Amino acid sequence: MQEMNSDTILAVENLSIRYRGTPTDAVRNVTFNLGRERLGIVGESGSGKSTVGRALLKLLPTADIKADRMQFRDIDLLNTPEKEMLKVRGRRISMILQDPKFSLNPIQKCGPQVAEAYSNHIRCSKKEAKQRTLTMLESVQIRDPERVYGLYPHEVSGGMGQRIMIAMMLLTDPDVVIADEPTSALDVTVRLQVLDILDALVRDKGIGLIMISHDLNLVRNFCDRVLIMYAGQVVEALNANEMHKAQHPYTRGLLAAQPHIGGPRQPLPVLERRPEWLEDVKVV
Amino acid sequence: MIAYKSQVRAAVSKAGTIAVTLLGLLTLTFIIGRVMPNDPVRAIVGEEATREVYENVYRQLGLDRPMWEQFYKYLHDVVTLDLGNSVRTGQPVLEDIIHVMPATIELALFAIIISATLGVTLGMVAAVNKDRWPDHLIRVFSLMGHSMPIFWTGMIALIVFYAKLGWVGGSGRMSQFYIGLEPNATGFLLLDSAMAGEWDIFRSALQHIILPASLLGYSSAAFITRMTRSFMLDQINQEYITTARVKGLSQCQTIWFHAFINIRVQLITIVALAFGTLLEGSILIETVFAWPGFGSYLVGNLMIGDMNSLMTCVLIVGLIFTVLNLLSDILYRVFDPRTR
Repeated sequence: MQEMNSDTILAVENLSIRYRGTPTDAVRNVTFNLGRERLGIVGESGSGKSTVGRALLKLLPTADIKADRMQFRDIDLLNTPEKEMLKVRGRRISMILQDPKFSLNPIQKCGPQVAEAYSNHIRCSKKEAKQRTLTMLESVQIRDPERVYGLYPHEVSGGMGQRIMIAMMLLTDPDVVIADEPTSALDVTVRLQVLDILDALVRDKGIGLIMISHDLNLVRNFCDRVLIMYAGQVVEALNANEMHKAQHPYTRGLLAAQPHIGGPRQPLPVLERRPEWLEDVKVV
Repeated sequence: MIAYKSQVRAAVSKAGTIAVTLLGLLTLTFIIGRVMPNDPVRAIVGEEATREVYENVYRQLGLDRPMWEQFYKYLHDVVTLDLGNSVRTGQPVLEDIIHVMPATIELALFAIIISATLGVTLGMVAAVNKDRWPDHLIRVFSLMGHSMPIFWTGMIALIVFYAKLGWVGGSGRMSQFYIGLEPNATGFLLLDSAMAGEWDIFRSALQHIILPASLLGYSSAAFITRMTRSFMLDQINQEYITTARVKGLSQCQTIWFHAFINIRVQLITIVALAFGTLLEGSILIETVFAWPGFGSYLVGNLMIGDMNSLMTCVLIVGLIFTVLNLLSDILYRVFDPRTR
């Protein structure tokens, strides 16, 4: 168990999630704390990393969530009714989704979509919401916010779409942002640019960030701490700069399967998956 | 400017499609007119006419000319709106149809309002409650509407609601008592009587239209419900719905402000199509309810093989479908920014 300090924004203990009608838990006994830091969750497809993210917002209508604790600041997320959750979502915890091609409403102009995130929570005039939106668009480095405000999602590029998404989700100054594979739909060149913008804003505003990704290198460079998930469990939690100290064979396998520029020209080892890793583990 | 050019191109190609469709339609009605097993000459001259008279009329109708010439003449007649006289009424076909059409349109409009409201609402409720009891209930309800023949439900409904319960008026557009007294400005009885302040007639007309319109509406609501449900399910699983939820919108807000505006476009097409089928359905329901509209006119002429009017009726139905399609295409462009 990690040490608790006064900076903890979010504390999760033994979170288990089961989709209704399935025989096993999709997520088992996940425990972590989040402060004003950047926490990475890495895992392969189906490891449950996105499910954890969505469970924090209670956005899993077809799943049952169980946990010993899911405390966000003064709010016990576990026992918060839906009506109260509406005030948490988008206002205090928000989430950046993967692909702006699908995550923006296709027949609504970008600007009003962003503004809606603000006016939904904060009583204000239309003009004020628009003004806020324009300022925010500018701070995600959109050069001509007035023009972009009136564009439809199919009229902007992927990189710009994702910056619009970031603007939308940071507009209300939330305490926690969950970024669910925020760059995997983007070109490699745009990826870094978008990450830099996100990084700057998150640091600036002191937001706790949960970065969900399958890209080990990205998470290692971008985050302070990393959780490695396998088959619904956190198999290992590490500081990002101490990845080489990894103990669990799965993590070690992942690291060994990374290609290096200038590394030996041999086939990379194939990732192993042993059945005993499926058994319950306790992260020390 | 580029957008403007592509708009023009789209409009031109659309006009081309419509021209081809109409030509096909005309060809079809022409062929129907030639292959029908009844003799158009006999229909005019009667069974006991002499050979001489028969051949005279035969020539007058141009039936001795080659096929292509007859087709050309037919096209010419249609373009100049000279569609001949109805054998049954002795009136020009077009006048007849203009006379009976308002009754049918009134009925169909009334029905489509019922079916669109009912269908869209039920479809939305079913989609939101997928696989729970409201969904199952609605599915059974709409399956019934879809599978029960409308002439049968029409008769049953007449027996129950008119004969037994006396809740609604019986056949016709209004009570026998008012026939001949009704104001006639547009041919739409509800509109005319309301404008003239004849509230007794208005009430009678309302009592008479409610049952056939509800039955027609119910039968097409089934279709609209099922389509709305499946459109809606498509949208609910999209990522942008999750985005809306993450923003803190309630489920209700998400459904109406985000998902619904996305299916609006598809719904327009479906409702336009349903309106077309509804006109078809009105042929049966008008017969059952003795509704003096297009359907009754068509059936009456069919019984005696009145070719001129039948060909025109088929043409009109085809024309209505073409226009509805065009209309829904235009609305598509208005409502969906991606098609502009």
